Amino acid sequence: MNALSGYNFAYLDEQTKRMIRRAILKAVAIPGHQVPFGSREMPLPYGWGTGGIQVTAAVLGPSDVLKVIDQGADDTTNAVSIRRFFGRTAGVRTTTATAEATLIQTRHRIPETALREDQIIVYQVPQPEPLSKLEPSRAETRRMHGLAEYGLMHVKLYEDITRFGHVSISYDYPVLVNSRYLMAPSPIPAFDNPKMHMMPALQLFGAGREKRIYAVPPYTAVKSLDFDDHPFRTTRAPHACGLCGATDSYLDEVVTDDRGGRLFVCSDTDHCETRRAAGHVGAEAPTADELAAE
Amino acid sequence: MTNETLLSARGLSLSFGAIPALVDVDADLWPGEVLAVVGESGSGKSTLLNVLSGRLRQQDGVVWYRDPEGRLHDVHAMPQPALRALHRSDWGFVHQNPRENLRMSVSAGGNVGERLMAQGSRHYGNIREAAIDWLRQVEIDADRVDDLPRTFSGGMLQRLQIARTLVTHPRLVFMDEPTGGLDVSVQARLLDLIRSLVRRLDIAVVLVTHDLSVARLLAHRIMVMQRGRVVESGLTDQVLDDPHHAYTQLLVSSVLQA
Repeated sequence: MNALSGYNFAYLDEQTKRMIRRAILKAVAIPGHQVPFGSREMPLPYGWGTGGIQVTAAVLGPSDVLKVIDQGADDTTNAVSIRRFFGRTAGVRTTTATAEATLIQTRHRIPETALREDQIIVYQVPQPEPLSKLEPSRAETRRMHGLAEYGLMHVKLYEDITRFGHVSISYDYPVLVNSRYLMAPSPIPAFDNPKMHMMPALQLFGAGREKRIYAVPPYTAVKSLDFDDHPFRTTRAPHACGLCGATDSYLDEVVTDDRGGRLFVCSDTDHCETRRAAGHVGAEAPTADELAAE
Repeated sequence: MTNETLLSARGLSLSFGAIPALVDVDADLWPGEVLAVVGESGSGKSTLLNVLSGRLRQQDGVVWYRDPEGRLHDVHAMPQPALRALHRSDWGFVHQNPRENLRMSVSAGGNVGERLMAQGSRHYGNIREAAIDWLRQVEIDADRVDDLPRTFSGGMLQRLQIARTLVTHPRLVFMDEPTGGLDVSVQARLLDLIRSLVRRLDIAVVLVTHDLSVARLLAHRIMVMQRGRVVESGLTDQVLDDPHHAYTQLLVSSVLQA
């Protein structure tokens, strides 16, 4: 794909990219620490990934292969438009295959396929401050980060166990990075938290509206908070994927009719398609005759 | 009682603009001792408490604190993390208004357990057990452990605040009018509770109050303040039964004899 003329490579001007790269370098040097940066207006609304798109623009090179996912899917509006945006403004090759990509921008999922050392994953973050719901003062939360006073987060976990018998946080589950900084992993399901631990790929987090960038360097310890007698546990819907039959992937529940019909499918569309191409068939996958009838 | 003070202040001075809040105040506190600071509103009692606890910085003078290992620390020269750690563990602060200290949207058990979790306790069962034990010690039913503080009465809130403060077994507790705003019968029960807890756990207390009967009941020693100065100090009974300074005489005589 050829880049549009009249735009700098990857939309942002070079000085802005330089500023964002400096913030990224600092973030990588202090894993889990939120670095402020001069977030720019982007041609998409806040909450659609303005932070992630700026980080992507700053680290994208001409030889990169870009993949964009939204809730695991490559074919949703947000993913399609961001992929096309960089296809046009940077002229980079885009893909939907996790293994082919060198740069993955994601909203709320980590791909099921394990990431490698030569890959970078960029998360879109709505709220970078994990303590925001517990302590409204940003000055105070900064002090708490500075002094590593994270007892308050455990009070939240205590309350959950007291009320529900288990920690009820199902997404954006708080983690401790490199045994030092408390970090919001962006609204990925708690199911994905273990994938962040010792991940070979570089993980970058961009929050556009909140103007923060943070990072987890490759092979860094990421521990989900828990109690000794209530260890962290992941949950997934107790089903197999209806299309590919996977029993270990994170599932979406799709309502299929107005009579209570529902289908559980892999949220990671690339993972699901790869498995189907390899011959795995789920219980509710359309048969060849059904496909022909369509 | 040992000869070594737990907390000692020398020459504390602080003024807010032209208003002197503290003028050359000395104070000593020995382990296990209850020291009452009495005086009228605006006499500098609460300011003294805030300066002694390091929450406010004086303009002149020094506050020394002796840690359990016997080392002396200049409270206002301590690094912020060390002072905050001290406030979470070895020290406690009981406010007049328990709502300032409690988290109203967190259950009673969570409130009591917070200091334990801040110190690194990571075992839910143990934290909960400690919380229930402390609720019992401050005479709150163990089955209220999961209730929110907003469902508690004023007296219960104050007792909950005390449980939350004492759960880490502090050696020194600062109390700012702990019985203020409570009705008389609740006050009496609370005083009784504070007295027995302090005796049993051997806690040193700096108690700020304007109520001489509270001081009489709880304190070993008393300091009378007026316009930022300590006008009289000594053993509680001695000061209250035989006041020397004119202001103390006024204070004592203005208490209604029941």
